[in-house]
Amino acid sequence: MSPFRVSTAVALAWSGAALSVAPVPANAAWGLNLPTPVSPIGREILELHNLIMLICLIIFIVVFGFMFYSIYAHRKSTGREAATFAHSTKAEVVWTVIPFIILIGMAIPSTATLINMEDTSKSDLTIKVTGYQWKWQYEYLDHDVSFYSSLATPREQIVGLQPKGEHYLLEVDNPLVIPTNRKIRLLVTANDVIHAWWVPKFGAKKDAIPGYINELWTKVETPGTYRGQCAELCGKDHGFMPIVVEAKSPEEFDAWLAGRKQGSSLEHAAATAAAKQWSESELMARGEEVYAHCAACHGVDGKGLPGAFPAIAGSAVATGPVEDHLTLVMDGKPGTAMQGFKGQLSDIEIAAVVTYQRNAFGNKAGDTVQPSQVQSLR
Amino acid sequence: MATADVAHHEEHHHHPSGVMRWITTTNHKDIGTLYLCFSLSMFLLGGLMALVIRAELFQPGLQVVDPHFFNQMTTMHALLMVFGAIMPGFVGFANWMLPMMIGAPDMALPRMNNWSFWILPFAFTMLLSSLFTAGGGPAAGWTLYAPLTIQGGMGVDMTIFAIHMMGISSILGAINIIVTIFNMRAPGMTLMKMPLFVWTWLITAFLLIAVMPVLAGAVTMLLTDRHFGTAFFDPAGGGDPVMFQHIFWFFGHPEVYIMILPAFGIISEIIPTFSRKPLFGYTAMVLATAAIAFLSFIVWAHHMFTVGMPLTGELFFMYSTMLIAVPTGVKVFNWVSTMWRGALTFETPMLFAVAVVFLFTIGGFSGLMLAITPADFQYHDTYFVVAHFHYVLFSGAAMAMMGGAYYWLPKWTGHMYDEKLGKIHFWLTTIFFNVTFFPQHFLGLAGMPRRIPDYALQFTEFNVISSIGAFGLGFAQLLFVYVIVKCVRGGSKATDTVWEAPRGLEWTVPSPAPYHTFETPPKIA
Ligand code: HEC
Ligand SMILES: [Cu+2]
Ligand SMILES: [Cu+2]
Repeated sequence: MSPFRVSTAVALAWSGAALSVAPVPANAAWGLNLPTPVSPIGREILELHNLIMLICLIIFIVVFGFMFYSIYAHRKSTGREAATFAHSTKAEVVWTVIPFIILIGMAIPSTATLINMEDTSKSDLTIKVTGYQWKWQYEYLDHDVSFYSSLATPREQIVGLQPKGEHYLLEVDNPLVIPTNRKIRLLVTANDVIHAWWVPKFGAKKDAIPGYINELWTKVETPGTYRGQCAELCGKDHGFMPIVVEAKSPEEFDAWLAGRKQGSSLEHAAATAAAKQWSESELMARGEEVYAHCAACHGVDGKGLPGAFPAIAGSAVATGPVEDHLTLVMDGKPGTAMQGFKGQLSDIEIAAVVTYQRNAFGNKAGDTVQPSQVQSLR
Repeated sequence: MATADVAHHEEHHHHPSGVMRWITTTNHKDIGTLYLCFSLSMFLLGGLMALVIRAELFQPGLQVVDPHFFNQMTTMHALLMVFGAIMPGFVGFANWMLPMMIGAPDMALPRMNNWSFWILPFAFTMLLSSLFTAGGGPAAGWTLYAPLTIQGGMGVDMTIFAIHMMGISSILGAINIIVTIFNMRAPGMTLMKMPLFVWTWLITAFLLIAVMPVLAGAVTMLLTDRHFGTAFFDPAGGGDPVMFQHIFWFFGHPEVYIMILPAFGIISEIIPTFSRKPLFGYTAMVLATAAIAFLSFIVWAHHMFTVGMPLTGELFFMYSTMLIAVPTGVKVFNWVSTMWRGALTFETPMLFAVAVVFLFTIGGFSGLMLAITPADFQYHDTYFVVAHFHYVLFSGAAMAMMGGAYYWLPKWTGHMYDEKLGKIHFWLTTIFFNVTFFPQHFLGLAGMPRRIPDYALQFTEFNVISSIGAFGLGFAQLLFVYVIVKCVRGGSKATDTVWEAPRGLEWTVPSPAPYHTFETPPKIA
């Protein structure tokens, strides 16, 4: 055994011992209940869940106490004769009415929590959340800040070429950042198919549906990083569109927001600078990076997934007239998974990725696209 | 096809033999056998797909299949189990048992009966061959939610047509059952004297007729959205993706009772026999079944609490769903009271029946938890839901059918099955079932979404356990097949009553039940 193995074994043994005496830490392996909530709604839900669990457990034990007693005591092998009774109005009325009363007892706190959950009024900050195949977009509506958030776990970890990191599949490039102790209202929608935005520790889940804007609120009390996942099947990479939220103190949040605004104006500057003429090699290098946006469907090798996602290699569009190629990438094709990238990518990024597609994977269109050309089509 | 004149009917030995017997048969027992064999083979095939799913989920990372194929497996597994294994399985039981239970010579519409079975192999061949088309089979989940289904390839269209065919088959079968029960009962067999299995099937048949056309409508709208430029579910054309869910679940919730009410019927036959006591609260059982059926039409949106319904809608569907606990509770209490102060023995059918009552109730309680809207926001679309519906569908519907098979096999074949192997099959199934699905409750609570091919490291341990259980559960079913084959081929001779003192007309005919029974109606006491 290598020293590393020994130390993990020791650590495992320790944590096993610790688990048996300490309450199970939230989000750890072997967790048996909902994770420890960090928002008022999350707490209310946990309490409700525990209460209902308890009621169910008691009824279960009583009912099956009777059954197992009967299984033990009323066996034929004890030499007994079967009784002959076949109904009892009194008993039947009792076990219809009592459950009904218990249900009312459950309905009252549930109703209260539900009313509270649905009250999105008087919020301090509104963020629009849009689901895409397979990433999230966050827009801070009153602050002109907007960015995309997608899986940061490298492909090598997924296919087992690298050891898996601590936050395997639950890490993103750009987390959503929110201030603590503020009522945050999220407007949830989607661009293509239905997704669902869910962070378990917030007790917050809402479907992101194209054509709908759903509302959801949360208020996070403890600063920290919280993780969740898309909860509605949304196609091939449904399992690979995590949600990461960083809750910062209001001061830190304000600082972050200010920095972010500057960042986006820098991007604007970069976009204007894109008025310059780009060489083919510059475009190809940039395009290869941007192609990461396309690889989930069209494949890293440009071969796509036959029948579902067309290949770029040898594609009629990618080798045909450049205008058609550009329009398709910018506007997408309604009713298919091919989304419009006009809003997601800047002029130079679109120019680069189209150039790349036209000249990579064995395609030899031989032409390049300049940002100015993209600009003129906007 | 031979004409069904009276003379032909009397000469039993002139029906075609070999394959033609099975293709042309209009005999309810033959057709029952066909349905049951079909159901068993779909059960095994669907189980195989479940094992692909569990193999991929055995460890974090992608090892066995790619995510697109994984989605096809989850979708296909569910479609096969729901439409191929459970529903036809219960129709098989109905074909075999209903005429014998009500003292009828056959089903009322024998030729239609032949058709409703023979549509199925074609439907499922079409469904399964979609896996081999470009783009693969359906991959949007058995719920086929738009707009994701709009994206798929030709496999989705084949699925839609297959569902149309299954729907026709179910509706024909349901009509036949209703007509048989209303017109073919032996004189004196009043409605309130019918065995509970007959009652549950009567109500199920009405549910089928009510909701299968709704499903057909939903998938037809998908088809026209996909190919003919309509935009029922496409917001860009003024359509509404949520409407698909409303229509689907208006079918989908009654569908879950279509899959469980006949199971309740089977349990209500088995428990009295091995308790040597009449069923407790027969009238209440009938009323509870009817109440469940009625409520099943007004609870559908409990599958959609997270779509952003108005508060009043959420409250209505929460309250109506909670109400279902009352008639369901009545059933469980009545089964326990049937056992109470009986003289119990635990042959294999009884073991299955008791396990169903116990395990189904776990599924019932998790169902009640899911009805609590605020809590459902946490459970929805997680493994908690996966655990829940396997507790009601596997340890409810499927295990009830296993119990029913052991219960009536001696009547069907004339041989006793191997009791020892039957018990081993029972224990393996029950233990591995719980090993597979109980940990999934914890996974769901901890935050693992359903329908994902890969997961975060904190979910590893329970997934490993669940996968081990699944393989055990799968292999245990090979033993089931072996016991059935062995029983068909031979075994000690079964008596006419088979069990000590079972109630019901089926036990008054010889074992094996002759090709034609009750050609003259029995006398009902
Ligand atoms: C979510 C999946 C998805 C992503 C991501 C995606 N595409 Fe597509 N793409 C599709 C689908 C599906 C089609 C086929 C549309 C149709 O039915 O015509 C398509 C078609 C195309 C075509 C035409 C291919 C042909 O021969 O018909 C091009 C070019 C293209 N996409 C470029 C891109 C670019 C560039 C990106 C990244 C910036 C991208 N796609 C990202 C799904 C995707
Ligand atoms: Cu998603
Ligand atoms: Cu339901």
